[in-house]
Amino acid sequence: MMALLGALLTQLLHGALLLAAAPLLLGLTRTAKARLMGRRGPPLLQPWRDALRLLRKRPILAEHASVATRAAPYLALSATLLAGLLVPGFAQGMILAPFADLLLIAGLLGLARAALVLAGLDAGTAFGGLGAGRETAFAAFAEPALLVSVLVLALLAGSANLDAIAALFREGGQGLRVSLLFAALALCAVALAENARVPVDNPATHLELTMVHEAMLLEASGRHLALWEAQAALKLAVWLALLAAVFLPFGMAPAGAGPLSWLIGAALWGAKLAGLAFALAAFESAIAKMRVFRVPEFLGAALLLALLAAALLFVSTGLA
Amino acid sequence: MGLGEIGYDVAHLLGGAMLLVSFVLLAQRRLEAVTGALALQGVLLALAAAWQGHVQGAGQLLLTAGIALAAKGLGIPLVLRRMAAALPPAQRADAPGPLAPVMLGAAGLVALAFLVAVPATRGAPVLARVDIAIALAILLLGALMMATRRGALAQVAGLLTMENGLILAAVGVAGMPLVVELSTAGLVLVVAVIAGVFARQLGERFGAQDTALLDRHRGERR
Amino acid sequence: MLSALGLALGGLLGLGLAGALGLAARWAAFGAAAAAALFALAGLLGGPAVLDLPLGPPGAALRLSLDPLSAWFLLVLGVVALPAALMAAAGGIAGRAEAAGFPLFLAGMALALLAGDVLTLLLGFEAMSLASWALVAARHPAGAGRRAARLYLGFAAFSGLCLLGGLALLAAPGAGFAAIRAAPPEGWRAAAAMALVLLGAGSKAGLLPFHLWLPLAHPAAATPVSALMSGAMVKVALYVLARVLFDLAGPAQPGWWGAPLMALGAATALWGALRANTERDIKAILACSTLDNLGVIALALGLALLFRGADLSPLAAVALSAALLHALAHGAFKGLLFLCAGAVAERAGSRDPDRLGGLIHNMPLVAGAALLGAASAAALPPFAGFAGEWLLLQALLQGWRLADLAAQLLIAAALAAAAMAAALAAAAMLRLIGLVFLGRPRTPRAAGAGDAAGLARVALLLAALFCAAAALLAGPLLGLADGAVAALLGGAAGAPVHGLSLSLGEAGARYAPAAVLGALLLLAALLWRAVRRAGAPAAQRGPAWDCGFQPPPAHLPFGDPLTQPSAAGAAQPLRRALGPLALALREAQSPAAPGAAAPARLQVAARDRGFGALLAPLARARRRAGHEAERLRNLPLGACLALAFGTLVGLLALLAGLGRP
Repeated sequence: MMALLGALLTQLLHGALLLAAAPLLLGLTRTAKARLMGRRGPPLLQPWRDALRLLRKRPILAEHASVATRAAPYLALSATLLAGLLVPGFAQGMILAPFADLLLIAGLLGLARAALVLAGLDAGTAFGGLGAGRETAFAAFAEPALLVSVLVLALLAGSANLDAIAALFREGGQGLRVSLLFAALALCAVALAENARVPVDNPATHLELTMVHEAMLLEASGRHLALWEAQAALKLAVWLALLAAVFLPFGMAPAGAGPLSWLIGAALWGAKLAGLAFALAAFESAIAKMRVFRVPEFLGAALLLALLAAALLFVSTGLA
Repeated sequence: MGLGEIGYDVAHLLGGAMLLVSFVLLAQRRLEAVTGALALQGVLLALAAAWQGHVQGAGQLLLTAGIALAAKGLGIPLVLRRMAAALPPAQRADAPGPLAPVMLGAAGLVALAFLVAVPATRGAPVLARVDIAIALAILLLGALMMATRRGALAQVAGLLTMENGLILAAVGVAGMPLVVELSTAGLVLVVAVIAGVFARQLGERFGAQDTALLDRHRGERR
Repeated sequence: MLSALGLALGGLLGLGLAGALGLAARWAAFGAAAAAALFALAGLLGGPAVLDLPLGPPGAALRLSLDPLSAWFLLVLGVVALPAALMAAAGGIAGRAEAAGFPLFLAGMALALLAGDVLTLLLGFEAMSLASWALVAARHPAGAGRRAARLYLGFAAFSGLCLLGGLALLAAPGAGFAAIRAAPPEGWRAAAAMALVLLGAGSKAGLLPFHLWLPLAHPAAATPVSALMSGAMVKVALYVLARVLFDLAGPAQPGWWGAPLMALGAATALWGALRANTERDIKAILACSTLDNLGVIALALGLALLFRGADLSPLAAVALSAALLHALAHGAFKGLLFLCAGAVAERAGSRDPDRLGGLIHNMPLVAGAALLGAASAAALPPFAGFAGEWLLLQALLQGWRLADLAAQLLIAAALAAAAMAAALAAAAMLRLIGLVFLGRPRTPRAAGAGDAAGLARVALLLAALFCAAAALLAGPLLGLADGAVAALLGGAAGAPVHGLSLSLGEAGARYAPAAVLGALLLLAALLWRAVRRAGAPAAQRGPAWDCGFQPPPAHLPFGDPLTQPSAAGAAQPLRRALGPLALALREAQSPAAPGAAAPARLQVAARDRGFGALLAPLARARRRAGHEAERLRNLPLGACLALAFGTLVGLLALLAGLGRP
C-alpha cells in the first residue's frame, strides 16, 4: 500500500516537475545560445511569460479552419504529456512504469506529430502544407533510426521498458560498449530532428521557405499558439529526459526509496537536464543549418549508426 | 577474456570506431575531409595496436602502433592533403554519386563480412575473432570505396583503408610475427606509392584525376 | 453452427443465380449482409466442427470444417463484409453482373475459409478470384479499368496454378486436412509444395514482386467490392499461407522458411507505403496502403515461423498474434476507409485530391469516420492499427534471442523496414486526410458536396464502430485468437493477453489501449479546463495570415487553389528522398516567365518499377543476353574492377553459405 502511494506520489511530482521544467529548459537553451553568440538573450523565464500572455489573448481562426485547428493542440499536448509521464525522471518505479514502453512513447510522440501536421494542413495555406510534407518525410527516416536504437537498448537490458533499461544501466550492468555509443549518437540525431533543432530546422527562423515546424504553426494564435509552444517545449524536455534516463541514469531514486533520495534525484535530474540543454545550445551555436534535402542523409546516417551498433552487438554477444 | 571485460570492450570500441570512420570515408564528398577521416582512422589503428600490445603483453605491437601513428595518422594523410590542395578547386570534391545505394551496399557488406568471419574463425580467441570480423568489414568497405570513386586520390584513400583493415586483423592475432606485419605494410606502402605516382602522372597528362579518362586510351577498344 | 453456415453458402449461391436472372442488386446485397453477419457471429463463437456436404466427386465429398484459425478469419470476413454489403444495398452496386457477382464473391471467400479439404479450398479460392475479376470487369467495358481487369486475371491465373500445384503436391485431391496432418509431406515434396503455395498465395496477397495488379484492380471495382477485395480477399490468401505453412506442412519443417517470407513482407510493406505517398487517386492510395499492411502481416507470419523453428514458442506466439490481430484491424479500418472514399467519390464527384478539399465542413460524418480509419491505418496509439504493430515490433525487438547471427541481422533489417513503413503509412494517411477533408475546397463541386445519408450512413457508422472496437477491445479480441495461436504452435504457447491489455509475460512490456485512451482524454480535459480558466475571449474568424500574402481576387471565392498544397506537392519531400527506390519517376517543371501571371507547373509521372522490372523484360531477355555477351569484350576499366570485386563478394557470400553449420 505504502509502495503504491509512493509510486503515485512520485508520478504526480514527476509530472509537475516536467511541466515546470519544460519552459525553463527552453529558456535556458535560448539564453545560453544567445550568450555563446555574444548577445544578452532573453531572461530565463521568458517562455513562461509568453505562454501566460498568449493564453489571455483572443485567438483568430483562419476562415476555412475546421475543428481540427481547435482540437489538435489539446490532443498534441496531452499525448506529449502522457509520453513525458512514462519517461522516468528523478525516480524509478512510478505508477505508470509498467507501461513505460519505448514503443508506446514513440507512438504517443507520433500521435502528437500527426495532430501538428493536420493542424498545419487545416487552413489550406501554402506554407502549412510545405511544413507538413517535410515533417512527415523526416519522420519516415527518424522512426527507423529510433527503433533500431531501441533494439540495441532492448538487447542490453532484455526489455524495451524504459524503466527497466534505466534500472539496469544505473547499476552499470551494460559495461563500456561501442554499440551504446553509436546508439546514443543515433538517438541524439533523432532527438535533434524530432525537436526541430538546428542542423535540421531552425526554431528561431523567420524565413518561411526554410521552416518545417514553425511553418505548420503560422496560422495558430492566442491559446492555440500557447499550447503549441508548450508542446514544443515539453517535447524537448521529454527527449532530454529520455536521453538522461538511458545514458546518464546515475543518481535516480530507486523504486520504493524515500523522500531524501527523491530530493537528491530531483536535484541531479535538474542538473542533468540543464547540462543537456546547455550542450544543445553549444552544439547549435557551433553548427549551421543544413539544406532541407540533406536532412534525409543526416537521419539516414543515424539509421546506419544504429544498424551498425546492432550488428556489432550481435557479433560480440554471439561470441561471448 | 569476454564480454564485459575492459580489455575486450576497449578493443571492440576501437575496432567499431574504425569501422565507423570507414563509413564516414565512403560518404565524404570533399577530398580534404577524406584525408582528415583517413588520419583519424590511422590514429584509431595506432590506438588499437597499442591496446592489443598492452593486453597481449607483446612489446613489438607498440612498435607497430608507433609506425601506424607516424605513417597512417600523420605522414600519408598530410601528403595526400597537400596533393589535394594542389588540385584546382573543381577537382577537390569527388562525389560518390547517389549516397543511399552506396550506404545500403556498405551495410550489406558489413553484414556479409560478419557472417563470413564469425564462423570461419571458430576456435580462435574471442578478441581475435571480433577484430578479424571488423577488419574484414573495413577491407570490403575500402574496396567498395575504390569501386565507387573515380578520382585517383580517393581511390588511393580506399586502398589505404583496406590496408588499415589488414593491419587491424594482424594485430588482433596473438603471436603474429612482426616481420609478417611489416612486410604486409611495406607491400601496401609500395602499392600506395605507385598509385600516388600514377595519380600525379594522370593529373599532369590529362589535367584531371578522373580514372574514367583512361577508358578512351585502351588499346583493345574498337 | 456449420449447418447454418452451409445453408448461408447455399443461400449466397442462390442469390447469385437470382441476381444473374434479374433480382434487384439491393436485395442481393441485403442477403449478403445477412450472411456476413452470420459469418461474424460464427467467427465470434468459433467451435470446432466438421460437416461433409452432399456434393463433390465420388468418394470424396466436399468437407466444411470450422476450427479456431478459420473462425478468426471468418470474423475478419464478417467485419469487412457486413458494412460493405450495407453500402452495396445503399446503391454501391448496380446491374445484373454485380448483383450476381457480389454474393458469389462473398460465398467464394467463405468457402475457402471453411474448407476442410484441399478440393474445397481450391474451389472456394478460384470462385473468389473469378467473381472478383468479373466484378472489376463488369464496371469497365473498356479503357484503363479493363486493362487492369485483364492484368488481374493474368495474375489470378498464375496464382491459381501455383496453388493447384502446391496443394496437389501436399496431398491427393479430396484428402481432408486431418489426413494431411496425420501424414505431413517430407523432403523435397514438402519444400516444393511450400514454395508453390508461397508463390500462389503470395501473388494473390500482392507480395512483391507480384504486387503490380493490386493497386490497379482494387480501385477499379465498385466501392463495396473494393472494400471486400482490400479488406478481406487478400486475408483469404494469407489464411491459405498460414494454413499450409504452419498447419498442414507439419511442425517439423525448418524455421528458415520464415526468412523469405519476412524479406518479401518487409519489402512489400516499404514498397506499398512509399507508393501510397505518391498516388493521386484516393482509392489507389488505400490500395497501396493495403500492400503495406499485407507486407506487415506477412512479415509477422515469417517471424513466427522463424521463432517456431528455433523453439521459441512464446515469441512465435507474439509474432503470430501480431499477424492475426493486424489482419482483423486492417479489415476493420480498410473497409471503413474504402467506404469513406466511395462516399467522397459519390458526393463530391472526384477521387483526385486535387479536385477535393475542405470536405470536413460539409461531410462531417464521412470526415470523422475517415479520420478514425486514417488514425488506425497510421498505427497511432490508441487506434486500431497500433496494437498489431506494437506486437510485431515487440517480437522483432526480442529477435536477438535467435542464436543465429544471420537471423539476427535479418531481424534488425526487418525492424528498420517495418518502422520506416509505419512512418510512411502515417505520412500517406495524413496526406490523404489533409488534402481531401481539410483546407479549402479546390473545385465548386467539392464545395457543394453533401454528407452521406440513409443506409450509407448506417454502413459508415457500423464500420466505424467495428474500427473503434478493434482498437479498444484488442485484448479480449486477441483472447478469441488464443485457440488459433495455440493450435498453430502445437499448443506450446497462447496469445499474449492479460485481461484488457496485451502483455508479453516475461519481457514485461504491456499495452492497454483503453487505458491510453482514458489517460489521453483525462489529460485533454484537464488542459481544457486550465486553459479556460485563463479567461481569453472566444475565438474569432479572420482571413488566413499566410505570411501576409495578398487575399485572393473576387472571382476565386475559396482562394486561389494553386496556393494550396497539391497531391504531388505534399509528397515532394518523400518522392525526392525515397521515390526512385520503388518508382520510375519523370518530373517536369515549367516555371512561368518572369513577370508573367501564369503559375509554375510541376508535372509528375510515376510508374511502378515492377512494370519495367517484371513484365517488360521477359520478352526482351533473350536478345539482350546475346547483346550483353558481345559487350563484355569492351568493358571500361571501372567496370572491370567492379566485376572482379563483385566476383570476390559473390565468392565470399558462397563461403558464408557453405560455412554455416
